[in-house]
Amino acid sequence: MSDDTSMNETPTIETHTEAKSTDDRSPASEADADVAGMDDQSIGEETVIEARDLSVFYGDERALQPVNVEIPDRQVTAIIGPSGCGKSTFLRSINRMNDMIDVARVDGELLFRDTNVYGEAVDPVALRRAIGMVFQKPNPFPKSIYDNVAYGLRIQGKDDDLDEQVESALRRAALWDEVSDRLGESALDMSGGQQQRLCIARAIAPDPEVILMDEPASALDPVATSQIEDLIEELARDYTVVIVTHNMQQAARISDKTMVFLTGGELVEFGDTSRIFENPDNQRVEDYITGKFG
Amino acid sequence: MTAADLTRDASGIDGAKQRAIRGIFFACAFLSVLTTLGIVVVLLEGSVDFFRDVSFVAFLTGTEWSPLIEPREYGVLPLVWGTLVITVGSAMIAIPVGTATAIYLSEYAEPRVRSTIKPILEILAGIPTIVYGFFALSFITPQLQRFLPYDIGTFNAAAGAIVVGIMIIPMVSSLSEDAMHAVPDDLREAAYGLGATRFEVSTGVVLPASLSGILASYVLALSRAIGETMAVTLAAGMAPQFTTSPFEPIQTMTAYMVQVGISDVSIGSVGYQSLFAVGMTLFVMTLGMNLCSLWIRSRYREEYR
Ligand SMILES: Nc1ncnc2c1ncn2[C@@H]1O[C@H](COP(=O)(O)OP(=O)(O)OP(=O)(O)O)[C@@H](O)[C@H]1O
Ligand SMILES: [Mg+2]
Repeated sequence: MSDDTSMNETPTIETHTEAKSTDDRSPASEADADVAGMDDQSIGEETVIEARDLSVFYGDERALQPVNVEIPDRQVTAIIGPSGCGKSTFLRSINRMNDMIDVARVDGELLFRDTNVYGEAVDPVALRRAIGMVFQKPNPFPKSIYDNVAYGLRIQGKDDDLDEQVESALRRAALWDEVSDRLGESALDMSGGQQQRLCIARAIAPDPEVILMDEPASALDPVATSQIEDLIEELARDYTVVIVTHNMQQAARISDKTMVFLTGGELVEFGDTSRIFENPDNQRVEDYITGKFG
Repeated sequence: MTAADLTRDASGIDGAKQRAIRGIFFACAFLSVLTTLGIVVVLLEGSVDFFRDVSFVAFLTGTEWSPLIEPREYGVLPLVWGTLVITVGSAMIAIPVGTATAIYLSEYAEPRVRSTIKPILEILAGIPTIVYGFFALSFITPQLQRFLPYDIGTFNAAAGAIVVGIMIIPMVSSLSEDAMHAVPDDLREAAYGLGATRFEVSTGVVLPASLSGILASYVLALSRAIGETMAVTLAAGMAPQFTTSPFEPIQTMTAYMVQVGISDVSIGSVGYQSLFAVGMTLFVMTLGMNLCSLWIRSRYREEYR
């Protein structure tokens, strides 16, 4: 994949405030970032997304208590917690999908590579080109398989060598072998698991830096789920993945870092997945993980 | 636990009453079928009488229409032409404006704005067509005369097409908006999540996904334009002629039928019977449009789940 060049093409989401370039990743971090199992303070870990006292309100209702977190580059960060605790709300605040909801309001800062995405000059359209998203329910467009994958490339003007890019995205989504001979067929005629991998291919085709996933496997059977899980681990070589999941084992299996939200929209604990699952600091987190509540 | 007694006597359900209710509903539904059949029969009978005196070929291919005054001519083409001019002209106005309105209401407008504009559009759709006719006569034509450097008559095709176009905008926008509104938000989120602008989402995702409903709204609006009577009679006049100038008077099929209706032709005369032949032509055209709309609906089924 054309990872290295595309990083420089990442749309500059900031137009005129202090120009902190988006390609300031150190050479060290360009190396294989397979740092699973390292300590919280592991060196060479670069922060891609940082929340500073980030709160979200729906009307007068507070959905997120001020969140402070640093999400590292090219790792899988899982978000877990009971239903209604604000996991989706946090995830959608990263690429400003909450803008779509009239009553939603955000307080505090969310930095994407040191740029506050809620800053005056930031265009959410450009932001979403750098941060892709996969949703809970597979949502392919009622178009052909090919056109689904090509959609983001086309609107982002990255449509040179479209065929190659579509093929590459489908390969990275582990879907190419199943669909290479029927790219022109409607995406709606695929199975649910295939549709979801198509949505992943669609999200990674324009080479975003970050991929957000909101319970991407919750509508799928165990086989399709494990395919998606393998895929996510694979993706973390090249992308920063933030994934919401209800499935504790899934979080333990695939993630490097874990954020635990508990009822009330409070981020109660964040750290290495192995540590959180073996030895959490917080008693409520331990209770939640061991199934005592939630 | 004993089994419930499910026999009719024990249940207290009055079978005769249920059947009577069903019968009443059926009669009401059947009434409209009967009416349609009745209309077709009347049109057919009158047309058969007409074609005893006038050749079918001459009717369909003749280019002069003058059944009421000597020398009598029975070529329906000028009337069909008049209807076509109005239909195509009004479509050129209503389709772009109506579609844009639908996109605005469905994709751009805040809920508050939408809930204000939609009822206004529906009021627009409820105004009697004769009022639109007066509007054309007393406003549109004078404005055309004022601003365009042409010799424009009191009755002209352009005013007719414009006013019918305005009239059918609510139909296009309202039905298209319904179709676009039915597109699930999932699809919009997918596109926004890829960095699409609102315009790209509207035109590249929502519009194609709701195409069948939108096309059906066009066809319905067009068949409305074909059948439109009072507004075009007042605006475009009663002069059956082939003319490519939009500023000359024309006559549509419907306007001719009005003319016969208010004239003193005697029942049974060829002039009177021509009413049925023209009516039949009109009926066939709108029927064709409606079948077309049905076909579009089944052909391009709403392609999302
Ligand atoms: N569009 C909205 N308008 C108003 N309130 C909302 C909206 N979306 C979410 N909320 C509220 O915000 C809180 C957090 O919701 P959120 O969807 O983020 O939870 P979640 O952790 O993703 O839950 P789940 O696991 O069920 O998906 C809930 O109390 C919810 O009712
Ligand atoms: Mg959720």
